[in-house]
Amino acid sequence: MNPTDRRYTATHEWAKQDGDTVTVGITAFAVEQLTEPTFLELPPVGKAVTAGKPFGIIESVKSTSDVNSPVTGEVVGRNEGLVDDPKTKRAADLGPVNDDPFGRGWMLKIRVAPGATLDHLLTADQYAAQLASDGH
Amino acid sequence: MSNLRTPLYQWHVDHKARMVPFGGWDMPVQYAGIAAEHKTVRTAAGLFDITHMARVSFGGPDALKLLETVFTNSVATMKDGQVRYGLVCGETGGILDDILVYRWPYGFAAVVNASNREKILAWLEKHRTGLDVQIRDQTFETTMVAVQGPKALALCAGMFETDPAALKYYFATPTRYKDTGCVVSRTGYTGEDGLEIMVPNALGVALWDDLTARGAVPCGLGARDTLRLEAAMPLYGHELTESINPLQAGLGWAVKLDKGPFIGREALRDAAANPTARPVRVGLEVEGKRAAREGCTVLSAENAPVGTVTSGSFAPWLEKSIAMGYVAPAFAAPGTPLVVDVRGATIPAVVVPLPFYKRPKAAT
Repeated sequence: MNPTDRRYTATHEWAKQDGDTVTVGITAFAVEQLTEPTFLELPPVGKAVTAGKPFGIIESVKSTSDVNSPVTGEVVGRNEGLVDDPKTKRAADLGPVNDDPFGRGWMLKIRVAPGATLDHLLTADQYAAQLASDGH
Repeated sequence: MSNLRTPLYQWHVDHKARMVPFGGWDMPVQYAGIAAEHKTVRTAAGLFDITHMARVSFGGPDALKLLETVFTNSVATMKDGQVRYGLVCGETGGILDDILVYRWPYGFAAVVNASNREKILAWLEKHRTGLDVQIRDQTFETTMVAVQGPKALALCAGMFETDPAALKYYFATPTRYKDTGCVVSRTGYTGEDGLEIMVPNALGVALWDDLTARGAVPCGLGARDTLRLEAAMPLYGHELTESINPLQAGLGWAVKLDKGPFIGREALRDAAANPTARPVRVGLEVEGKRAAREGCTVLSAENAPVGTVTSGSFAPWLEKSIAMGYVAPAFAAPGTPLVVDVRGATIPAVVVPLPFYKRPKAAT
């Protein structure tokens, strides 16, 4: 089920607000469609992202997809375990995205403008209705 | 127009397969997941519904003559029960399809790509003029499945009247399954040992259930594609098209210029005698984990375009990003450093010998 403590995009990202910080990831449905992510590209901390525009790329064996930002703001944190660390040669582990997309599989923390809300995004019910109307 | 469905369609849907259109059919692309299915075939045994492949039988005194005319490989030198890979080419040497020809004591058969079924049937019809040959499309009468992997032969023990383990690689036999005639062939498209089995449609689901009960794991076309990519087997519509000839594709071994006349022979003889700057098929190992997918431009180390990717994926068994494509001959030698343009990102790659994956030789 899609948690009700956050909002959703039509392109299967989620956004959870805590003050002026919004945590972003992709939905369980997105993961199911991708199946077994093999590669994720995330923007660096400090990068500006725009609502509705791609901030990264996720690949599986079969497909390459954009990951879109649900909000406009600045990247203030990212889930480092999901990407390679060239310095320590630690390899990315996308297991958390696969196993727990709404929790440990979060991707970015984005600082939004003071007073910004998630009202432009879908509620869990609206998102579920969209999936149903798409035949899923 | 709605897609064709195999007798196993309902089974796939009931078992949560993700169905996709392929070659005019609704086919399962995956069940549990492509990577898991892929690894099962490399380590145990996977089961594929390949009923979409077209099956055509040939009878009559001129069947051999017709096949020799349309097929680049030699048919006359085949033994009974032998299976041979080759191409169907046009007059200019372009590839119309890649097919398997089967020789029986009583005639011949061919397995043709689903997407090319109608084109090849029309081609055969065109070239049978004046020949005494019966051509029968049996695609809709039979169900075809592939059992592939190191455990495939063992799990089929006792299923058929004839023991398939006695078959040599690329040989087939008519035999019986549940007292009904069928064909078992030691062939495949995964780089593993295994069988391809054809039964009348009425037995399709029973055969599938039997094989899964014996431990074969259902796999979709997604894994079939990544498996054949690791094994560097070309796929029609990707590595093979009407504007590519077999020599460019590295399939010269399946073209017998001296076997006698066949369609495309003169053009291919010319191409063999006069190597040109036509691009040739190569394997690429791509740095990192990003997939270099079909259509990506291949660049020289100096960033000049030298070719195009025709298939590419993160390889589940080899655990690296691999691709096949066509590059100018000057850049085709193994070890040549190249660059692939993946959606604007330029990623280093190197030409490697094909295949990427070769199965370990079984202990004898």
